[in-house]
Amino acid sequence: MIHFDHVSKRYPGGHTGLSNINLRIEAEEMVFITGHSGAGKSTLLKLIGLLERSTGGQVHVNGRNLTRLKNRLIPYHRREVGMIFQDHRLLHDRTVFDNVALPLVVSGLGYKEIGRKVRAALDKVGLLHKEKSAPITLSGGEQQRVGIARAVVSKPPLVLADEPTGNLDPALSKEIMELFSQFNRVGVTLLIASHDLALISSMDKRILTLTNGALSHDSKVEIRDVT
Amino acid sequence: MSLKDRMLSLPGIWLQRHAQVALSSLGRLVGNRFSSLMTCAVIGIALALPVGLHVMLSNLSTISGGWESGASISLFLNQNITNKKALALAETLRQHNHIESVELISRDAALKEFQRLSGYADALQALNSNPLPNLLVIQPKATYTTAQAAGKLAQELRLLPEADIVQLDLQWVRRLQAITVIAQRAVVVLAALLSMAVLLIVGNTIRLEIQNRRTEIEITKLIGATNAFIRRPFLYTGFWYGLFGGFIAWFLVALSLILLRGPIARLAQLYQSAFDLTSLDLSTVIVLLSASALLGLIGSWLAVGRHLSAIEPS
Repeated sequence: MIHFDHVSKRYPGGHTGLSNINLRIEAEEMVFITGHSGAGKSTLLKLIGLLERSTGGQVHVNGRNLTRLKNRLIPYHRREVGMIFQDHRLLHDRTVFDNVALPLVVSGLGYKEIGRKVRAALDKVGLLHKEKSAPITLSGGEQQRVGIARAVVSKPPLVLADEPTGNLDPALSKEIMELFSQFNRVGVTLLIASHDLALISSMDKRILTLTNGALSHDSKVEIRDVT
Repeated sequence: MSLKDRMLSLPGIWLQRHAQVALSSLGRLVGNRFSSLMTCAVIGIALALPVGLHVMLSNLSTISGGWESGASISLFLNQNITNKKALALAETLRQHNHIESVELISRDAALKEFQRLSGYADALQALNSNPLPNLLVIQPKATYTTAQAAGKLAQELRLLPEADIVQLDLQWVRRLQAITVIAQRAVVVLAALLSMAVLLIVGNTIRLEIQNRRTEIEITKLIGATNAFIRRPFLYTGFWYGLFGGFIAWFLVALSLILLRGPIARLAQLYQSAFDLTSLDLSTVIVLLSASALLGLIGSWLAVGRHLSAIEPS
């Protein structure tokens, strides 16, 4: 599903985001990325969602070489990658329903289909009764679940989450992770950046550790040793 | 849904989308009633100026055109020509190839009219003979009303032994028409300049709108929206601005014409003319509205092209 081949990302001004990353994530895997702030977790996700482009090496996602993907084709790539953010990135002047519907509207679906799919996604995250609410009236955990519904509504094969539980208390965080596990069970590949080691080690999934932009540990390749 | 059904429903969805975007951008404008109205009013005033001048000029050319086609030749006969002779001459001239009609205004009839209109009735009574000549008003055939043909005909009439003075007074109509052509050209230049102003107004308004909705644009791009999708509501907004600006221009011109109608009718009466100020005709209105909507669209297209690509999610 995801293949990094000697990938590096250097920012203008000399700061190194990632250096020489080699990585392979298979379809239907659920993988956590951890590391200190600035270790490159977000950068890695941004390269996969093409929010940024690598400065060296090759990135392949879902059989597509992102290094060579033309700018005008980026939107079509992003439609196949659901993205979830710590700050939710919801549109506050629209209802929960309209927020979740956005990816479908963007892809040009008809209203009937949109209504059905949005309600199914909201049902999955347990917010069907809130479809007419404004996001601002919801709690942090609920807003995050709206963000998750939006990321999965078009059933993308790959979902990326950048610190999805960063602002949530442990109980809510656990709930969100359970939700991710459910998606994973129906075949969605998930890549979740988090620095909540206690939480992610309790999930019993593959964990990648980044240190200063380099891949320092991969629990799948070596004996599990999370510190 | 089968692929065939999907293909068949695509144009429907496309129309649905466009209608929805058009309406929601209209709703946004209505939501910001005051600032939208200000923008539309500026566009309206800018467009009303050339349109109003155009209407005035076309009225002017209607008047002067009427004068030209009515270009008749006044043939004043010698004092010693009697009414009978004048009548016979009129009859002869009616047979002329280039002449449409000949009207005889006899010296007696002319004197009566002069007495009635001039207010010198008493003074004229004192005269012992009628000083006025017989007059033949000659209307050339439609194909001979051009200045050259009518001039040639006047020259021909001058050679008649009965002729005293032959008057063909078209020169000032020609001059007026030449001035009108210059004025029309000036209106075109003015319209071009003010259209540029409209482009800039709409462009600037859309630029501000893009800045205000930056977050929304970023999020929509993040979710996989193409540039065309993001551009669409802004293009519709520009279109609406232009269209409503056009309506305001129409309203302003129509209002000005209503205000001018009374005084112009009075002036026309003084010239004993039945001239009626024509207001905006349908084709001018259609051209005005489509041009203003197009200007709005182009203005927003320019702004969107410049500013949208600069916004990328991070």
